[in-house]
Amino acid sequence: MSNFKFYLPVLGFVVVAIALWRGLFLDTKTLPSMLIDKPMPTFELTSVDGSGVSNSDLPDQIFLLNVWGSYCLPCLIEHPTLMRLSEEGEIPVVGVNYRDRQDLAIDWLADNGNPFAFSILDESGRFGIDLGVYGAPETYLVDADGVIRFRHVSVIDETVWQEQFLPAIAELRAEGT
Amino acid sequence: MIPEVGSFSLILALCLSMILATLPIIGAYQNNFLWMSMARPLSAGVFVFLGISIAILAYAFVTDDFSVQFVAEHSNSLLPDRYKLTAVWGGHEGSFLLWTFMLAGWMLAVAIFSKSMPLEFVARVLGVLGFLITGYILFMLATSNPFDRIVPLPPVDGADLNSALQDFGFIIHPPTLYMGYVGFSVVFAFAMAALLSGKMDAAWARWCRPWANVAWAILTLGIALGSWWAYYELGWGGWWAWDPVENPPLITWLFGTALIHSLAATEKRGVFKAWTVLLAILAFAGSLLGTFITRSGLLTSVHAFASDPSRGFFILAILGITVGGALLLFAFRAPLMKSEFGFGLVSREILLLSNNVILVVAAASVFLGTLFPMVYQAITDELISIGPPYFNAIFIPLMALLALLLSIGPFTRWKRTSTSYLVQQLGKVALAALALGVVLPLLVTREISLPATMAVAIGSWIILAMLLDLVNKTANKATRLKGLRALSFSYYGMQMAHMGMAVMLLGVALTSSFSSERSVLLSPGQDVGLGNYVFQFEGTASVNGPNYVGEEATFTVFEEGEEIAILHPQRRIYLATNTPSTEMAIDAGFLRDLFITLGEQKEGDSWSMTIYVKPFVRWIWLGAIFMTFGGILAAVDKRYRRLRRKQTESNRSKDKSNSIGGELQPSS
Repeated sequence: MSNFKFYLPVLGFVVVAIALWRGLFLDTKTLPSMLIDKPMPTFELTSVDGSGVSNSDLPDQIFLLNVWGSYCLPCLIEHPTLMRLSEEGEIPVVGVNYRDRQDLAIDWLADNGNPFAFSILDESGRFGIDLGVYGAPETYLVDADGVIRFRHVSVIDETVWQEQFLPAIAELRAEGT
Repeated sequence: MIPEVGSFSLILALCLSMILATLPIIGAYQNNFLWMSMARPLSAGVFVFLGISIAILAYAFVTDDFSVQFVAEHSNSLLPDRYKLTAVWGGHEGSFLLWTFMLAGWMLAVAIFSKSMPLEFVARVLGVLGFLITGYILFMLATSNPFDRIVPLPPVDGADLNSALQDFGFIIHPPTLYMGYVGFSVVFAFAMAALLSGKMDAAWARWCRPWANVAWAILTLGIALGSWWAYYELGWGGWWAWDPVENPPLITWLFGTALIHSLAATEKRGVFKAWTVLLAILAFAGSLLGTFITRSGLLTSVHAFASDPSRGFFILAILGITVGGALLLFAFRAPLMKSEFGFGLVSREILLLSNNVILVVAAASVFLGTLFPMVYQAITDELISIGPPYFNAIFIPLMALLALLLSIGPFTRWKRTSTSYLVQQLGKVALAALALGVVLPLLVTREISLPATMAVAIGSWIILAMLLDLVNKTANKATRLKGLRALSFSYYGMQMAHMGMAVMLLGVALTSSFSSERSVLLSPGQDVGLGNYVFQFEGTASVNGPNYVGEEATFTVFEEGEEIAILHPQRRIYLATNTPSTEMAIDAGFLRDLFITLGEQKEGDSWSMTIYVKPFVRWIWLGAIFMTFGGILAAVDKRYRRLRRKQTESNRSKDKSNSIGGELQPSS
């Protein structure tokens, strides 16, 4: 078996290929089942404007948790929708400023408008890991008890809002009553 | 009708490449001269028909044929012509056609510049390339035909090219990167031909080397162009982000760099044969992995094309057949490739081996970091995120180690070098480098900084050692000039690429440590200082392009009271998609870049903006340019041409002086 070592590359390749093949079945657009219907991870952090925030600051009604960053071009695309939702009071929106810098985030909000009740500052991405964030933008629907109920990866525009979030919210409301 | 001709031409190319993938290889086994000699004309045919296809796609773009789905999705009647033409590679289908066409171009080049190689070998190389092209065209026709139509109701206008792509960088970065990427397919084909024939000797390494060097040089340039483009277009002042799509080219580059070094040892000393072949396969696997990642939707990233799982399966199948098959063949054949000579513990062989170990470890770490989140999710259903901290923690020490060893390499001899000689030669270089590392930054910044000291010390270590080697090598000639002339292109190529490495390391280290930036809100007439510079905001004016509207600001930059530059950053809205985009203004300099990104207009006439000073950032790309020239210089060494002539003359006899141990197969 002295020639066994020459088989190592092909064995390694088989392992990688199986992983890649499995990877094709992963649905990166939905949250793995374990965080759905689980409470939001506990946090005690600062917000983008510098004040301390924790789980107790979250709205006690159904709200959106939106992951954003000043570097994130698609975030600009979904921004008008978030602005409309918060301005018209349809639903409160909490931001997670993911892997960004505070000064850039402040500028970005000043430039584009601030739809967020507050934005959790997550410069290191640590909170994002707890939350299972893949990258900005991402939006979670959280119920009044702070339990994550729905997740949408990538841009939330009016269509996504109408077709995915509204039915999910209607379902939650139906449960609640 | 014309797009259908494009499709048809693609099918013809497929037919020819299928013949190319079979007949010449069978011919090589059966020693059938006719079948083997079909390889060259078939390669030319594949190239021509793929060329017709891509020309027709370009024509569809230029004539705004929005009935073609790919055109409708990636162009717009307002798009300037040069972007219409380059929108050919603005999406998955077209860029894959370009990829395949470029591979055919490389294949044609092999067919033309392979006169010195035995026909049997050429037939195998071209056959393997034909096999790859067959797979790629099948993939296109099955899952992503760029000529698919929108019937019965084509849109009136197209959706427009992504505004971030409407830039000069987009015209040159993807083609260069692809060119380098597919170049490694040629090296792979050489390795496969060697494995198929079971003959692997110094001659093989010599044939392979110029191709590997050119592919490596172009890939280096392609990656650097991508980094430069991201730097000036994306507007965050970064030049590398460890993005899952940036990593595969880097993995390929690292394997490729290891490969060109181990090829040197294989050619000159007949050692590391199996290892060299394995590296050739791995470099190719890296390039296919890049394709897989960008086109399967496996990882989310700025580079990713619209995802479609069926594409992922198809590319995975190609990956499995080619790389899996190659590695299996390797397992059967590698035990036959014995090194012919031993070498001592301090020798050039050992230095090259260390280079290879470091580069392969680096490549493996980047590979793991890129795929681990996905693997982890597949096993545990949990998501994790691996970012720059992981990559930097592993990559920076490895590259520093590589740089330290890099200077020793050229001083060592094959087989054995005395340690005392190395110490005597390099001891003074090390001292001088350390002294420079301490003194230079102190003179410039008037403060001691560890990163600057280390960067300058390592950079001078490489450059001083190079100069000393040059002095040594020319010492015995009548005049220095004669000595310099007597040195080979390969030697200059190596030194130039090594110097490129030093320059790049300096750029990376100094930019990372000393960049500064500032976000401010300014009204016309106000100014802001950063470092030694003062940026005065003069005002804005509206600018309208063919497919966008925008505002352009004017800044005057002063250094110690003296006006040194006028900068015009812009903010644009692209009309077709209504997306905002920022065009930063850069004052590029050898020692520092100044740049401004314009934010939005605020209350009154004030604007938000971010101002950056980035010292030595150009050195990163300057280093890459040195490396590219170095690689090309080494590839055009007249040694390869001389041998080519010699072998053509005597291609029926064994050329013993050039073959170490192995057999050279007489051609035809």
